Amino acid sequence: MASKNKRLLWLQSGGCGGCTLSLLNADAPSLFTTLADIGIELIWHPSFAEQSLDDAMQLLQALADGSEPLDMLCLEGSVMTGAAGRFHLLPDGQSMSTLIEQLARRASQVIAVGTCAAYGGISAAGDNLTGAVGLDYAGSHPGGLLGGHFHAAGGLPVVNISGCPTHPGWVLETLALLAADSLQASDLDPLGRPRFYADKLVHHGCDKNEFYEFKASATAPGQMGCLMEHVGCKGTQAHADCNSRGWNGEGSCLTGGYPCINCTAPDFADPGHGFFSTPQVAGFPVGLPTDMPKAWFVALSTLSKSATPTRVRQNAVLDRLTVPPSLPKKGKA
Amino acid sequence: MSRRILGPFNRVEGDLNITLDFADGKVSAARVTAPLFRGFERILLGREPLDALAIVPRICGICSVSQSVAAAHALSQLYGITPPANGQRVLNLIHAVENIADHLSHFYLFFMPDFARADYQQHGWHSETLARFKAQSGSAVAPMLEARAILMRFMGSLAGHWPHTLCLQPGGVTKVVSAAERVRLQQWLRSFRRFLEQRTFGQPLEAIAALDSQAALEHYRLETPAADFAHFLHLAEQLQLHKLGRSYDHFIAAAAYAGPDGPWSPAGLWQQGVSQPLPLEQISEDNHSSWLAGAGPSAPLHTDTVPLPDKAEGYSWSKAPRVAGLAAETGALARGLLRGEPLLNEMVASAGGNVLSRVVARLTEVARIVPLMEHWLAALELEQPFQQPCPASAVHNSAIGLTEAARGMLGHWVTLDAGRISRYQIIAPTTWNFSPRDSKELPGPLEKALEGVDASDPQALQVQHIVRSFDPCQVCTTH
Repeated sequence: MASKNKRLLWLQSGGCGGCTLSLLNADAPSLFTTLADIGIELIWHPSFAEQSLDDAMQLLQALADGSEPLDMLCLEGSVMTGAAGRFHLLPDGQSMSTLIEQLARRASQVIAVGTCAAYGGISAAGDNLTGAVGLDYAGSHPGGLLGGHFHAAGGLPVVNISGCPTHPGWVLETLALLAADSLQASDLDPLGRPRFYADKLVHHGCDKNEFYEFKASATAPGQMGCLMEHVGCKGTQAHADCNSRGWNGEGSCLTGGYPCINCTAPDFADPGHGFFSTPQVAGFPVGLPTDMPKAWFVALSTLSKSATPTRVRQNAVLDRLTVPPSLPKKGKA
Repeated sequence: MSRRILGPFNRVEGDLNITLDFADGKVSAARVTAPLFRGFERILLGREPLDALAIVPRICGICSVSQSVAAAHALSQLYGITPPANGQRVLNLIHAVENIADHLSHFYLFFMPDFARADYQQHGWHSETLARFKAQSGSAVAPMLEARAILMRFMGSLAGHWPHTLCLQPGGVTKVVSAAERVRLQQWLRSFRRFLEQRTFGQPLEAIAALDSQAALEHYRLETPAADFAHFLHLAEQLQLHKLGRSYDHFIAAAAYAGPDGPWSPAGLWQQGVSQPLPLEQISEDNHSSWLAGAGPSAPLHTDTVPLPDKAEGYSWSKAPRVAGLAAETGALARGLLRGEPLLNEMVASAGGNVLSRVVARLTEVARIVPLMEHWLAALELEQPFQQPCPASAVHNSAIGLTEAARGMLGHWVTLDAGRISRYQIIAPTTWNFSPRDSKELPGPLEKALEGVDASDPQALQVQHIVRSFDPCQVCTTH
């Protein structure tokens, strides 16, 4: 039987490799079994392929010049465009950014894995002296290596699986949809992210929702209360389903006791304030839920603060659940 | 003299190229190039000190927690606080999970697949190696990944996720452990131990930790031929891997896994069988061969990071760290030597640090750390705090955060000015191991280890084995 497997090339450039390592956390089933099951042949990956050195270089060149077909290109890490590409050179002296562009223009589907590859990410933070950009975005603006508004040979724009790191489910489900040709441009949000996870907010399913409802706030990481008011949490604005699908079995930033830093957003690494603090104006946090009128937020939070149960207020500033919910009184259950 | 440029090396973390000069068919000089630079030491500047906790784990996806631990240690000093015992135990647990997972990923995914190559098919052991360790599809791979995923559930439970957690704070950890969570964690650890004892070692972990001589190791290999570790020992014996990849035999380590009675593994510098305390003030960075400003040795607390991509003498984005002028090797073998492990001391006394002893050090360390994790879990005092509050501002202006990553010593040299980070220098394990030449033209440890090697075959397989025996992490190297 002829193989209908999609041929996937995975490259890394200006990143940490963490999206690959996160992908290795796939557990039901494990990574290579899943790829085979969804019809993907991993033709080369810098962490997993047998071919190295000249064999790897020849394969990459054959894919870049079109003598070998390429269905899917995944890039992990930013594209380093500064100093004429000198911040990431291949052994033959060619800049990695040139090779990435050649391959992106050959591949039927182009996937940016992680916030770095999508938008530049943490590698583009601060003064960005390396000229780090994403495949088709520089920060939140179309541009990047491919100039903005790029469409791959198969018709789709760059699929931006943003996240720092990405959840293995985001990557494998996107790849499965792409391999089955069942991901459409309308399945991507305005920043190119798959809507199946980016149309949710980290706030959805957050363990701390009752504290949020009553504005019972923590004052430091590790306390049980809501981390939005004082501790920099951006879960109400962050596009991701982190609290409705577990990380490493059962985790999320919030269950771990620390704030969401909105790592799926283009410029998350330069928030303009400390990651562990919430800037406030007149006692109210800047950066409210994006689609909530501020006056209503102020009114509701003032009201809910006055209605906060003692249990919730006390637990909010403790490191563990100390005051349990009371049982219904007899005769009222 | 002829010259050959090797690259890209894969199955290493990050990017790596090596230039080899040959004389009489053997490598006469090697130059190791780290070809990717991102500039984290610059990205950190001007930020609030605690922001380092969000930035530094993103230096590396495979040593992410180690980067957090080094930063948290530096911040503990800057803010003048000490984590409570529970905070230290949970930090140790999280750190141990990363280090063990890295050792296993290295062995099963990065290192062993080279022996499954067709180049070795004339050897009697090859068919078994091919079946077990072929890249991605070997029969050992999926069971390892499943066991690894169970171990990584520790990260979901204790750290939110891996990589890139913010749970490690200067005052401890942000997650307390309940009695129910502890029994859950203990069950996952039992599952993981079962995998190690059935597949990796074929014997109880305690029996592996008790291997105290090369004769005992040889006895184990013959007694347990089906185990993955024993299979490696067999092909290592056939291929004489102990004769491959010897470097200077200067070993350096920081302290690993703090505890009330001191660290499990001590800091120090090891030379010719003698350990001495870590001479921290004699550590320097030398940018002579780096595409970075600076020439001679410079103290990390007083060094700035200025990229110079066109620097004529440069051939790597890595700096050359030196201790008392020495190029030193770091990693599991260094830790084992400084702990005084008899097996490793005997191996190094007879054949130095080499491909075999580096891998043996790594795997036997796994067998030692899982029981330690069991101990830390049992020792948690569940009613006690896991974190001390962090004061609003720092009380000191400079600090050095040191720890042991899977691959060896990691240091963060941090300076504050007016409450902001004004300098942040990082020396990672592979910065030590894969450093370029310094201003005295002294080669780095890998460069030294490659001298004299036969690299005439198309794959330069011996070079590949030596390179991967260090388990390099190039994203950490240049950061």
